[in-house]
Amino acid sequence: MKSEPIKKVSIVVSKGSLDGIYPGLIMANGARMEGMEANLFFTFFGLYGILKKYQDKIRIATVGNPAMRVPDAKGFPLPTLLGALPGMSAFATSMMMKEMDKLDIPPVGEFIEMISDAGGKIYACKATVDMFHLSQEDFVPQMDKVLTVGDFYELSAGGEIIFT
Amino acid sequence: MSTQTILDQEISFDDEGFMTDHTQWSPELAAELAKANGLEELTDRHFLVIDFMRKTFIETGSGPTIRRLTKQSGVPTKELYALFPGAPAKKAALIAGIKKPVGCI
Repeated sequence: MKSEPIKKVSIVVSKGSLDGIYPGLIMANGARMEGMEANLFFTFFGLYGILKKYQDKIRIATVGNPAMRVPDAKGFPLPTLLGALPGMSAFATSMMMKEMDKLDIPPVGEFIEMISDAGGKIYACKATVDMFHLSQEDFVPQMDKVLTVGDFYELSAGGEIIFT
Repeated sequence: MSTQTILDQEISFDDEGFMTDHTQWSPELAAELAKANGLEELTDRHFLVIDFMRKTFIETGSGPTIRRLTKQSGVPTKELYALFPGAPAKKAALIAGIKKPVGCI
């Protein structure tokens, strides 16, 4: 039996590290590329992905990331103490961004713009907006609306919800 | 693999409907492929995208990512989605007579 194709996805981005934000963006963009409806819901530290001042300062965590290896993905595990050295996170991030650029994966700001232009919807979580004392002008212009969790479930009706 | 006769020409397609031999392609064939994929008319803007996709495919063996396509062909993302409604990269590749795009972006 052939399964019913997915028509709509709502993706929750809850983490603010590079590997917390990118998977959700890639999945949302990929959904639009396949003609699916795509909603992105940014919550907690994931919200930094759509904050004007901070979205292009997203970094990879070099501490508390036991899978992290140097100098490349098949190298040696990076000891936590070394990962804590100043500049390590920035360095690892710039290395990774270079690799991503080769694959045509854009910086966060450009990626959000691309998803929005492709018809994907960008939402911010109201609880986090209140908790972080944020207002409209802190967000990139592509942010469509601040939503309560109830609103989010409502607009996700009939689709898949993916939590990242 | 299957073949279809379009405009008196035997055209071969893979299982997903992408042409397997891009040298069989012509702008006239593109118009027929477009109709088969729900596009009634191909404009100059469609051909700007199609030509860029073919050029990239012939040079690199793979169609461009949407990012490269929009940046280098001069057709912005919004317009691209309007020109090829639904799945733009796939649909444009179908009509351009090239293989299914690989890559996630």
